[in-house]
Amino acid sequence: MRLAWLELRRRPGKFSVAVVTLTVLAALLLFLAGLLDGLFLGSTGALRAQRADVFVYSSTSRDSFLRSTITPDTRAAVEAVQGVDAVGGLSVTLLGAVVPGETELADVAVIGYELQPSGIPRPSGPGQAWADERLKGFGVGQGDTLLVGPAKTPITVVGFVADSNFQLQGGLWVQTDTWRQVQNQNRPDAPSAAGDVQVLLVQASPGQDAALLADRIDASTRVTSSLTKAEAENSLPGTKEQRTTFNSILATTYMVVVVIVALFFALLTLERTPLYGMLKAIGASSRQLFVGVILQAIIIATVAFAIGGGLVAALSAAAPPKLPLQVQASRIFTSYVILAVCAVIGSLLSLRRVSRIDPAQAIGTAQ
Amino acid sequence: MTSTAMNAAAGTAPALEMHEVTKVYGEGENAITALASATISIGSNEMVALVGPSGSGKTTLLSIAGGLLAPTSGQVIVGGRDISHASPTELTEVRRNTVGFVFQSVNLVPFLTARENLLLVDELRGSRGKQSKARADRLLDELGLSKRLHNLPSQLSGGERQRVAIGRALMNEPALVLFDEPTSALDTQLGEQVMELIQSEVKGRGTAAIIITHDSRMTHWCDRTVRILDGRLQSDELATAG
Repeated sequence: MRLAWLELRRRPGKFSVAVVTLTVLAALLLFLAGLLDGLFLGSTGALRAQRADVFVYSSTSRDSFLRSTITPDTRAAVEAVQGVDAVGGLSVTLLGAVVPGETELADVAVIGYELQPSGIPRPSGPGQAWADERLKGFGVGQGDTLLVGPAKTPITVVGFVADSNFQLQGGLWVQTDTWRQVQNQNRPDAPSAAGDVQVLLVQASPGQDAALLADRIDASTRVTSSLTKAEAENSLPGTKEQRTTFNSILATTYMVVVVIVALFFALLTLERTPLYGMLKAIGASSRQLFVGVILQAIIIATVAFAIGGGLVAALSAAAPPKLPLQVQASRIFTSYVILAVCAVIGSLLSLRRVSRIDPAQAIGTAQ
Repeated sequence: MTSTAMNAAAGTAPALEMHEVTKVYGEGENAITALASATISIGSNEMVALVGPSGSGKTTLLSIAGGLLAPTSGQVIVGGRDISHASPTELTEVRRNTVGFVFQSVNLVPFLTARENLLLVDELRGSRGKQSKARADRLLDELGLSKRLHNLPSQLSGGERQRVAIGRALMNEPALVLFDEPTSALDTQLGEQVMELIQSEVKGRGTAAIIITHDSRMTHWCDRTVRILDGRLQSDELATAG
């Protein structure tokens, strides 16, 4: 192992091609993973913040907020289901908003809520909103009055909250009545009657299984489609498709890592054949040589990942607020582990070649 | 007096015993006998020159003696251990602990210093400490390289590299050291110096050695000369000078 380490230290140029290639791939992996996480988190923040076990949609909505309506009768029916502890409405309208002093419209999601979500205070007064920090990137400040939608409905920002966006649009958290006013003024094609909400959030009684409770609610009301929280997050338009697409690209990139490392070490092993023959002749085992190869693969992957990570961190800091790039610590860790494993798998492909090198070739060979 | 007789007289076990050793490459009509019924015994403090033309079987004999090749038939005992039917893992252990090699192409690890090339032998055996460093320094000092400890092979002359290789071969305190044409890349004067050094180091440690050489001027440094032709050992001559 020391031999492998000294070779890396004293002949870094030999490994530069592999390091540069893997650095590009590591940066690409982290960038793609950051986009995937940014898209998912930016789309689902409003749902992840909810302290609810079950999301109840109207059965004809195909699990879409914008198509769903829960009437007061349905709400009462849900409340009567055994295992339901508390309910509260959640409604969303996606619009553009004029920000004072700004020429560009800010993309906002006006969210009417009743149950207090995690990290978001209780609803403020009529016409007032807690705004997501993402809107700061559009020039929104505390105390600003935004003119929302084509009807220019005024909403005043009373403070900021974090990670509370919906479909990548900045959350404006308001009373349900304020939301209804915004909806009816700006979306006359889909008016909301007094007492109606789009989706009903259900907090289950202690010990209740969310999936079973969802089934029980639907069986009881016959007019609802109920999802667990995780199912609701994945049911948002495009979320599942984004994840599948990005994960496919990530998997392909990891396979490229395996191929690059395999080719690199195959060529290196070919070049090292006389050296390995001599080392075996003086008593090195194939296992000792191979541990060195694996160590070098891991160190190369680690260096490349560190440089690639630095590049993505710099890019993330310089990226405009609209770019949904979020590189999380857990994602960095898992990306590194997978990259290192891919590098080890790639190096393993040289195992047969290393083990077949004949120590006898060290004898009778002139320089 | 034969070598075996000399060993018996000296009361020491031979460093190498080969009895009726044959090595055949290939099968059937393509079979080539590289070594045929070779029998030789080398005492624990004996230096033997192995001479013969190219393709005569010198390398095969040296490879079998050093545990690099398994014989097709016959018995091989190195340092008192029968390796005739040893597994590859057992042969690795024999090479690591019992045999030292000096290769024709020197073959130092290019990115290790002179001292590290010697310490590598102990690292492969799983030991590295003050004792190893002290032994490496002492060997390099004996070989006149005390000021070259931290030089890479590329910073050493051909003769210095050869001396480092000799030091590496002696690092594991082997029963038998095998030299594959150690002077072929050196001029006559340097070759003589290297042979004198080999004799001094090998004899001083009571170690046995086989030296393959094409240069008949170098054989006088050895206790005896063994000739090989077409895979058969031809003669066993005691040196008259040295």
